[in-house]
Amino acid sequence: MDDLLSEFLTETNESLDVVDVELVKFEQEPNNEKILDNIFRLVHTIKGTCGFLGLPRLEALAHAAETLMGKFRDGAPVTEEAVSLILISIDRIKEILADLETAGGAEPEGSDDDLISQLERLSLSARTGAEAEAEAEADAGPDVTTGELVEQVLERPLRPGEVSLDDLERAFREAECEVELPVEAPAGEPAAEAQDDAPPPLTVKAGAARKATTEAKGLEKAEKENKSGSSVSSQSIRVAVETLEHLMTMVSELVLTRNQLLEIVRRHEDSEFKVPLQRLSNVTAELQEGVMKTRMQPIGNAWQKLPRIVRDLSQELDKPIELEMVGAETELDRQVLELIKDPLTHMIRNSADHGLEMPSDRRAVGKPEKGTITLSAYHEGGHIIIEVKDDGRGIDVERVKSKVLERGLASEAELEKMTDQQIHKFIFHAGFSTATNVTSVSGRGVGMDVVRNNVELIGGSIDLRSTAGQGSSFIIKIPLTLAIVSALIVEAGGDRYAIPQLSVVELVRVQNNSEHRIERIKDTPVLRLRNKLLPLVHMSYLLGADDTDVNSELESDTGFIVVMQVGNQTFGVVVDGVFHTEEIVVKPMSSMLRNLTMFSGNTILGDGAVIMIIDPNGVASAMASHASSVVAEGERKEVEEAIAAAIDGQSSVSMLLFRAGSSEPKAVPLSLVTRLEEFEVSKIEHSNGRDLVQYRGALMPLVYIDPAQTRRSEGTQPMLVFSDAGRSMGLVVDEIVDIVEDRMNIEVGSDRAGILGSAVIKEKATEVIDLGYYLPQAFEDWFMRKEMDIAALTKKVLLVDDSAFFRNMLTPVLKAAGYDVTACQSAQQAFELLENGDTFHAIVSDIEMPDINGFEFCEALRRDPRFRKVPVLALSAVVSPASIERGRQAGFDDYVAKFDRPGLIASLKDMFSGELGIAA
Amino acid sequence: MSSNDNLATGAEDSIQYVTVVIGGQLFGLPISQVHDVFVPDSVTRVPLAAPEVAGVLNLRGRIVTAIDMRKRLHLPDRDENAQVMAVGIEHKGESYGLVIDTVGEVLRLSMDSHEPNPSNLDKRWAEISGGVHRLDGKLMIILDIKRLFGAMVEPMAAA
Repeated sequence: MDDLLSEFLTETNESLDVVDVELVKFEQEPNNEKILDNIFRLVHTIKGTCGFLGLPRLEALAHAAETLMGKFRDGAPVTEEAVSLILISIDRIKEILADLETAGGAEPEGSDDDLISQLERLSLSARTGAEAEAEAEADAGPDVTTGELVEQVLERPLRPGEVSLDDLERAFREAECEVELPVEAPAGEPAAEAQDDAPPPLTVKAGAARKATTEAKGLEKAEKENKSGSSVSSQSIRVAVETLEHLMTMVSELVLTRNQLLEIVRRHEDSEFKVPLQRLSNVTAELQEGVMKTRMQPIGNAWQKLPRIVRDLSQELDKPIELEMVGAETELDRQVLELIKDPLTHMIRNSADHGLEMPSDRRAVGKPEKGTITLSAYHEGGHIIIEVKDDGRGIDVERVKSKVLERGLASEAELEKMTDQQIHKFIFHAGFSTATNVTSVSGRGVGMDVVRNNVELIGGSIDLRSTAGQGSSFIIKIPLTLAIVSALIVEAGGDRYAIPQLSVVELVRVQNNSEHRIERIKDTPVLRLRNKLLPLVHMSYLLGADDTDVNSELESDTGFIVVMQVGNQTFGVVVDGVFHTEEIVVKPMSSMLRNLTMFSGNTILGDGAVIMIIDPNGVASAMASHASSVVAEGERKEVEEAIAAAIDGQSSVSMLLFRAGSSEPKAVPLSLVTRLEEFEVSKIEHSNGRDLVQYRGALMPLVYIDPAQTRRSEGTQPMLVFSDAGRSMGLVVDEIVDIVEDRMNIEVGSDRAGILGSAVIKEKATEVIDLGYYLPQAFEDWFMRKEMDIAALTKKVLLVDDSAFFRNMLTPVLKAAGYDVTACQSAQQAFELLENGDTFHAIVSDIEMPDINGFEFCEALRRDPRFRKVPVLALSAVVSPASIERGRQAGFDDYVAKFDRPGLIASLKDMFSGELGIAA
Repeated sequence: MSSNDNLATGAEDSIQYVTVVIGGQLFGLPISQVHDVFVPDSVTRVPLAAPEVAGVLNLRGRIVTAIDMRKRLHLPDRDENAQVMAVGIEHKGESYGLVIDTVGEVLRLSMDSHEPNPSNLDKRWAEISGGVHRLDGKLMIILDIKRLFGAMVEPMAAA
């Protein structure tokens, strides 16, 4: 029964899609009896099957819809309302079917009385309409109509009986199989027994298998009968998609093996295998084509829902819209088809909503009131071109411009230089929507960028042409299939890579003395190609090879440039060698490698080697980020000013104010103080020349800020307790004054040990103490534990933290552990340093920073091939599994709590030992 | 975790392990998870991948991702010319090759000698170890495939 049900579901869903389309057509030509008959028949079949399968809810609904359509057939006028209602009913049926599928055959609870009663009401009023008409004609018509209605109403309780005629027959057939079984099974058994040492389990198995096949045969027969009964074409058979996918995989393997054989024969000139292999090669090619064909579906399948969508849109927006579809029979790969469906729907919606004007506006400019959207598809050199065209207002360049400025995507001066076409392309930017009003149809800011992403995901590209006042058209170019692609095999850095031909525009050979040579604009390689400058990047550079290697390779200035085009971006990728093109079978990478955006998959070449397939989109985005870093260099001045501003405008810090020794207030950031304590002076003990107190079961050394500080002789002694890794130190103070929230701008530096400098806090000059000076007084090795590492001495570490205090705090910690530390206060400044060519062996970055936070900083680093390999460590006050996970995704190598100094040192040490391992 | 699963499936409280040596330490993989043992040949480097990814290779028409267990366990690299072996396993339908130093014998070990990870075991090792077996004169660490990949694949290959 399950098979039957799933068969029913697929068939019904298909029928319903047809009904959708037909109904829209029918609404336009209500007199076309053929269309109506077709709809009527389909709905009737659905109703019948539902009755047989025991799905009363569906049956009732389908029946009510059928009744209404029966009225149309009898000449009742077709109203928009009625068609809408039927369409709604069809939607409801689809919903129920979807639930049915998920629930595995159980009809969902619920009632459709609302729809049924409306359908019946319309049926009745339609009848009266027909009656009135008939009466006017004074014909026998009314009787017939009324008679039919009664019949229809009466039919409902009776129908199970009616349907079961068909089904009885089917039931008979099924019963037949079961009767056959006992006969067949014994027949199988003796045969098996006849073999002397056939073990008994085998007999059972053989019997069972036979039973299964018999059953399957029976079902198949029944299905076939059923199909021919409902006049579905018997010219085609249904094959599970899985089977086709498997077939495709096998053919892919065959292609690979053939390539291998060809490779072998290529090496043996006079091989006798040559001729049969040629034949095998041809057969394989034909087989490949054949199997590909089974996966091919007319693009019309993806268009099926569009007429209905356009009709609904037309009503919703109050614009008459006509949808023209050309080339629906153009075939393309199933997989591609699935992926193109949603973008297409989106574009149609866009055209209807933004593209077409309101009827009144159209009339004003002398266009027909009804707007036209044309959807066409055709083949062009291994690609499918799909065009969505409307005859609306076209893209409003001025509005796009103002939006671009508003969003800060480009400056006014830049826009001035752009052609209209370049400006149009801004609509593909993320979050760009020209609709001033957010309608239910579009204008939610998820628009063309999503479409473009989807299209590019399948290796396609999208283009746009628009003429103001005459309409716009979107042109999508997508590959025929994704499974087997033609690729150019290139070499870079000693490894071979495959570049999909689709994105390769041309190959240019460069030599020092030839017409084409690599030129440089401040270290950025470019190529003069037909009076245009083509930005270049070396493949090994993209793949993270060392800078020095790449430069020497580029300096030699010989090699090949693969000119690639991705979307509207054209660039050249310099490779060391170009081999040949090969049909490659794209195999997905393992999940461990899927995070690499530079590759789209891998494949096995004819010679048996595995090579990585370059993802043109990944290269393009790497190019873009590379380009932006070059731009950043040009804007250095601005950045420098910004940094200066950032220094002035530091965020405020909680400071603890206290007095010790002198009367001037002193300050320390509150976040570092573990707790404030007061001890009885009598509790302070003296041992080994220093003051100690017993604190939480251990001896805590006391440190005086000023050696000349007066020791109290009675009462209590306030102190600040600093704890770290189980050790505590008490900093003796005279008086705790206040806790204030203020900016810590150290205005006057200090030469005195233990004082960072003076800052104005609460309008008073305050000394900010340097904790890094006092902590080692309590424990000499506070910062230098066993982590001290000779190897670390040569390592340069960049510390990025917006808080001056933490910079001052951590710099000595890292220095004490032997690292050469450079501190900077923002990600911008860090980029500055990196761009200046300062190299660092590791970067330690705070997460919570203004402007560019640590995650963004790290992601930016990871996007840049130059810094991709630099270990980056996150330092954060917030350490939760979620934030750690976020850190990992951003590309951080480790995530350490801000106060976990030993953790920081251990993590750095770990990174470097790991890195040494790589280098070795 | 998976060692418990094996307990359920293993006959009479004992499991067969394929033993491998990585950096001098004996490791054991439940035999049910080992598909084949091979010598990794012509491994293609994957630039930009996590450091423990040794590359990809063609094993009888299948693309196998090779993982250098020494890197994974943060052990020093082996000598240039040292012989390597690989253990083919499957995880979530994908083929992986664990590159190890040598393959030893197959041992049938009873649960009696099984112990959980010592609490002081290096956390990077504990992350992928499903326990320890006390053998005569040495200890065998159980490599837990699920945990090995759980730690690598899910957080997008923590390099």
